[in-house]
Amino acid sequence: MNAITDTTTVRSFKFGDRLFFNVARAAAVLTLLLLVAIIASLVYGSWPSIKQFGFGFLVSGEWNPPQDRFGALIPVYGTLATSVVALCIAVPVSFGIALFLTELSPPWLRRPLGTAIELLAAIPSIVYGMWGLLYFSPLFAEYVQPALAATLGKVPLIGSLFDGPPLGIGILAAGIILAIMIIPFIASVMRDVFAVTPAMLKESAYGVGGTTWEVVWNVVLPYTKVGVVGGIMLGLGRALGETMAVTFLIGNMNFFNGFSLFLPGNSIASALANEFAEAESELYTSSLIELGLILFVITFIVLSLSKLLLLRLSRQEGTKT
Amino acid sequence: MNDTSQAMMMNEVAANLEAQMAFKSLDFYYGKFHALKNINLEIYKRHVTAFIGPSGCGKSTLLRTMNRMYDLYPEQRATGELLLDGVNMLDKKVDVNALRAKVGMVFQKPTPFPMSIYENIAFGVRLHERLSKSQMDERVEWALRKAAIWEETKNILNQSGMSLSGGQQQRLCIARGIAVKPEVLLLDEPTSALDPISTMRIEELIAELKAEFTIAIVTHNMQQAARISDYTAYMYLGEMIEFGVTDQIFIKPKKKQTEDYITGRFG
Amino acid sequence: MDLRKKRKFINKVALTLSMLAMAFGLFWLAWILFTTLQLGVTGLSLDLFTKMTPPPGADEPGGLLNAIVGSLIMITLATGLGTPIGILAGIYLAEYGQRTWLGQITRFINDILLSAPSIVIGLFVYAVYVAQVGNFSAVAGIFALALIVIPVVVSTSENMLRLVPDNMREAAFALGAPKRVVVMQVTLKASMAGVITGILLAVARIAGETAPLLFTALSNQFWSVDLNKPMANLPVTIFKFAMSPFKDWQEIAWAGVFLITMGVLGLNIAARVLFRAKHKL
Repeated sequence: MNAITDTTTVRSFKFGDRLFFNVARAAAVLTLLLLVAIIASLVYGSWPSIKQFGFGFLVSGEWNPPQDRFGALIPVYGTLATSVVALCIAVPVSFGIALFLTELSPPWLRRPLGTAIELLAAIPSIVYGMWGLLYFSPLFAEYVQPALAATLGKVPLIGSLFDGPPLGIGILAAGIILAIMIIPFIASVMRDVFAVTPAMLKESAYGVGGTTWEVVWNVVLPYTKVGVVGGIMLGLGRALGETMAVTFLIGNMNFFNGFSLFLPGNSIASALANEFAEAESELYTSSLIELGLILFVITFIVLSLSKLLLLRLSRQEGTKT
Repeated sequence: MNDTSQAMMMNEVAANLEAQMAFKSLDFYYGKFHALKNINLEIYKRHVTAFIGPSGCGKSTLLRTMNRMYDLYPEQRATGELLLDGVNMLDKKVDVNALRAKVGMVFQKPTPFPMSIYENIAFGVRLHERLSKSQMDERVEWALRKAAIWEETKNILNQSGMSLSGGQQQRLCIARGIAVKPEVLLLDEPTSALDPISTMRIEELIAELKAEFTIAIVTHNMQQAARISDYTAYMYLGEMIEFGVTDQIFIKPKKKQTEDYITGRFG
Repeated sequence: MDLRKKRKFINKVALTLSMLAMAFGLFWLAWILFTTLQLGVTGLSLDLFTKMTPPPGADEPGGLLNAIVGSLIMITLATGLGTPIGILAGIYLAEYGQRTWLGQITRFINDILLSAPSIVIGLFVYAVYVAQVGNFSAVAGIFALALIVIPVVVSTSENMLRLVPDNMREAAFALGAPKRVVVMQVTLKASMAGVITGILLAVARIAGETAPLLFTALSNQFWSVDLNKPMANLPVTIFKFAMSPFKDWQEIAWAGVFLITMGVLGLNIAARVLFRAKHKL
């Protein structure tokens, strides 16, 4: 009997285990440090500009490389305006898609259609940009913009947003392409959170005679609203930082000519993409890095909110993550 | 239960028996929850000891202290003594991995690893011994034969362990456990996920294995405990209510509580 | 009765709109894919894979050989650099740090990095590497892409490891296996399909990334495999050629877009198929 224990050579595994644990933890810490390093390097890089312009950088609309005078207002405005346009389109469409996928679609179509929408997110940004510039924008200028000017353009208050020459490129065009790009993100979060609504809740609502729409609007949506807002925030975060597609379509104009969405403008990301490699003076480079810092801070806040909201929903759900 | 009566009870059944494991005033906590209360018990060498009791009574917890599985979860802890061949296994200095080489465990659901049948067996052996290829082949065959699954698997040793049926997977897991040549085998409701025929084969297997291994089995099936065990322990709410020779426990229990539980189930 | 009709009508309108939204999404996918296929296939030729990118005003149409090779080199090295770090961090989150503060903060930050603007990653690598070394280089591009790979791999590895039932871990521990063996030989193996899915998605993600390369690897009109020099790559070449006035440059750009899109969509579909095949069991 004891031969059984005698052949068992007992080795201590403690050292190897501790080493492995520390290596794995170091990898996790590295991910954390990455964030800290990004912020630190951006702050360091933008220091000359911060020192030169101070708070004025945020409110100045001047972008004048030859004279070394820079302000962030135009690209910040462009970034926010394109993102808002994108949300105005993407949110209702994504809601419709999520509704379709969870309530209407025949089960055998759910997966292929869901995958197709997700593939929209897989298409590289540069493809959106090139296709948007060469195929979307000419048709947009010829048919859609005049139609918008003739209809929405006549409405008081918002009419001035749809005013001006139909160029095919500009804030509106960039916003529409952005909308297409963020639809898959928002739609898939909405679909997932709709799917966690307890069947019993839905069945009771159907049980008292609710229509599909009434059940979704009055039961599912209120139950999941935190997650839905989280999904919208995720889409917003994506839209704010999107670079290539916007660079092709926004027109890269550093002057402010008015609030019309038909006008070209500039966004932070596209200013960086276009100008950074060619920026000569230190102040120019530094101002561009400060733009990057502003972009990073905004997206960081938006994405944190998104994550917190989604965490809150899953906690309320009692499930992990 | 007071200590003297428990000690008397043990003396009675312990005649001519060698204890493989012994619990001495063992208490167990899940955080603040006191899950096992003052357990005193001996598990005899090369016999089958069954633990019965309603769910939540602590029988699985008791089994999981025997290989210190609870170490994985920081909020769980045990106090008191748990002797294996006279050495206190709860001592901080004890090498848990070495302990687990001596105490094998088979779980409620079959848990084949995502690797071939051969590798499933060799995995545990390699942790504790350095064997040549031919020695390893022998060991794998030995373990699979012991677990009565050699005939079914000898030609498909390279197939994934996951490709076997549930009953075969469970015997593979038993083979994996004994391949390490432990002294004790812990079985945590090993047949609760199996069909009656697979269950019968596992029960036959247990009867054969006790010739070489000390076996502790948790089961919610009292007929099973009666069929396969030499000793039975009845637990309730974290306490050891009664321990004795299986026949005595099932035919003439000393405690009213035990009788109620057993007759309640049989009636 | 009137109320019921109205409710039914609203329901019908809403459901119709929902269907239209679905059609709206599919419409763009179809249009973009159609354009890419149409122009890509016409632009496809053997020259694409055998000739270098043409200089401005060249008589003969060039190819994309240097850009394709450059992209392959950078994608391979960036994946090779980012994947082990990502898997290790994923292991930490799933197997060690689930409830520790470090684990929770890292998970949170990682999810943010997952969606952080990639151009900022480029800016970061420029500041800490390019500006210090003094020139654009493939190494810088590889760093930037690796930094994009890491969060993708971290999050998929963690999620996949967490799908492994605790039973299997306990079974391995019960044999006396130390934790690193349990993780590397049992749980990681059990979640391999999922982890590979994550790597494929990460490759797909960086294959199309342009922004982080603009001021790291830059681009190179010539053949160069020197990692310390700027290196040609598909996305930046497409960007430059698409914006150019030359017709044949635009054609080459479309062919490049075709290659990237097919590659990326292929990887995405392969990842899904692999994942489903493994997790149906």
